Amino acid sequence: MAEHDVFSYVPTWAWQPKFFFPILSLLFFIVIWNDRLIRFLVKPATALTVLAVATIIFCLGLKNPTFRAIVSKGDNIPIVMMLLLVGFFTWLALRRGTLNDDRIAQGLKPMEEDEAHQKVMVWPDLVYIEFICLILISAGLLVWSLAMKAPLEQPATRVDTPNPSKAPWYFLGLQELLVYFDPWIAGVLLPGIVIGGLIAIPYIDNNPKGQGYYTLRERRFAISMFLYGFLILWVVLINVGTFLRGPNWNIFPLGDVWDVHKIEVLNNVNLSEYFWVLGMGQPLPAHWFVRELPGFILVGGYLVLGPAILAKTLFKKMYQELGFVRYSILVMLFLLMLSVVLKMVLRWSFNLKYFVAIPEFFFNI
Amino acid sequence: MTAIQRIKQKFFESQVWRSIFRHGYPDTRRNQSLAVLSNVFLHLHPVSVRKSGIRLSYTWCMGGISFFLFLVLTVTGVMLMFYYRPTAEFAYNDIVQLREDVAMGIMRELHRWGAHAMVISVWLHMYRVFLTGSYKPPREFNWAVGVILLKLTLLLSFTGYLLPWDQLAIWAITVGTNMARATPGAGHEGPFSSMIKLGDIPLLHSGSDVRFALLGGRFVAAPALLRFYVLHCVGFPLIAGVLMAVHFWRVRKDGGVSGPL
Repeated sequence: MAEHDVFSYVPTWAWQPKFFFPILSLLFFIVIWNDRLIRFLVKPATALTVLAVATIIFCLGLKNPTFRAIVSKGDNIPIVMMLLLVGFFTWLALRRGTLNDDRIAQGLKPMEEDEAHQKVMVWPDLVYIEFICLILISAGLLVWSLAMKAPLEQPATRVDTPNPSKAPWYFLGLQELLVYFDPWIAGVLLPGIVIGGLIAIPYIDNNPKGQGYYTLRERRFAISMFLYGFLILWVVLINVGTFLRGPNWNIFPLGDVWDVHKIEVLNNVNLSEYFWVLGMGQPLPAHWFVRELPGFILVGGYLVLGPAILAKTLFKKMYQELGFVRYSILVMLFLLMLSVVLKMVLRWSFNLKYFVAIPEFFFNI
Repeated sequence: MTAIQRIKQKFFESQVWRSIFRHGYPDTRRNQSLAVLSNVFLHLHPVSVRKSGIRLSYTWCMGGISFFLFLVLTVTGVMLMFYYRPTAEFAYNDIVQLREDVAMGIMRELHRWGAHAMVISVWLHMYRVFLTGSYKPPREFNWAVGVILLKLTLLLSFTGYLLPWDQLAIWAITVGTNMARATPGAGHEGPFSSMIKLGDIPLLHSGSDVRFALLGGRFVAAPALLRFYVLHCVGFPLIAGVLMAVHFWRVRKDGGVSGPL
């Protein structure tokens, strides 16, 4: 049955995150740093075409029973909704941002400027907007609730473990990271850093420009980092977890039947084995410290030398503008975010399991 | 003056009406101001705002929608509490009865879909605030409060996920809370946890770590259901309520909905 649906035109390897994730990441940075490309993409005509094509593919995809089953699952509806909304609002923000950039380039003020100095009365101007919003949201919720029953499966039992066992949809990005990291990193450290990093944003970002209006050019670094984190690392990974991860947490191309017996080769190798066994041609040293020394040096060098080297090269201007403390926090957050991607890429390309693996202490990174 | 006008006048100038609404019909600037100032709910707002602050293509209305969804979830949640008993014995059957026995019963649906919608609207609210640079001084602290509120939204949704007590619920919570046992310094499978011991007695084991505290046991069972229920219905909403008060108040104090300086 799979021959006739729209997904079968995409080759199997293209569904692997190891293929599309790096490409998506590259495309993202090419687009966000290229003014002409982004101006083309945010044209209403382009955006509408993208929406139309996506809708057509989605509708054609519904012919496929597996895809239909995943999409119409109650708790997956919000993900489809979120994709639409995030897409729309990203377009809206970038559209207004580029329009503002053009105005600023011509020596004009941003669009929001005129209206910022006019005052309107809350009653009736704001109150009626709120009222209409409230009615529309209520109506939407009512229709949604009447049309779809809230999901309810078999009664809870610890005897029968569903395969795959998935976390609630908004945590699926973090669950996806469990493939590449141990739970203490994927489930505790990284979420903690996300929360801490978000809180730190206003204290790190001392760029006085771009407050209260959409812009891209005036805050390109800040915006590209945030968009990459939100769109690629959060939203895309949630979708990988929802639509592509099947039984045994294997990747299943969209529309393929979720076969519980599908076997994937898992042959992950630690850095210590790469270094000692394959590189030096000797058995692993007995003591964990010697064994993991290459990993310690690599990770330590990345986190200690990385900031220093970046301060002298790529981030030189930023280092001068931010000062030592702000720069240190920023570059740590940057390197940690990058390390998530690096670890994924190294896993895909070299089957690298851990940089440092000390199972004696549950300490694997 | 016609009879209708006379009745209208009598009604709107009666002692009862004037005791509730202390101002005239809000068609003058003065009465429009009073309509906001003399109403405990509306006076969350200032009397007048920047025009840019009410433009939908600028604000997306996502903060307001999040708050409204929180209210919807509070009301529908209280309704559900009349029928739902948070014990392993009754929980699932109560949900089945809500589903099967209530004609046109959509309280659970409103609650669940509303919760999903709130997760999305809170994300989009943060997205908008970031993209308009609205976290910049003097709003740094309110951004931080907002981040905590976002986290609370996810925790509220997560704790609620367990309550139907079906397969979907316990396994999603099992996957989620398994992380806790790897918490550094607090979970028994966290890094270096085996070093936390007194002589030969390990202090951090599966019966004493943070996951045990969260679940009230070594796996997701009846005590976890009760804990999640209390956190979901009382604990997190209270914290979120307090932080929302701070959040809204600071929006006002930090200069209202942001706009170009």
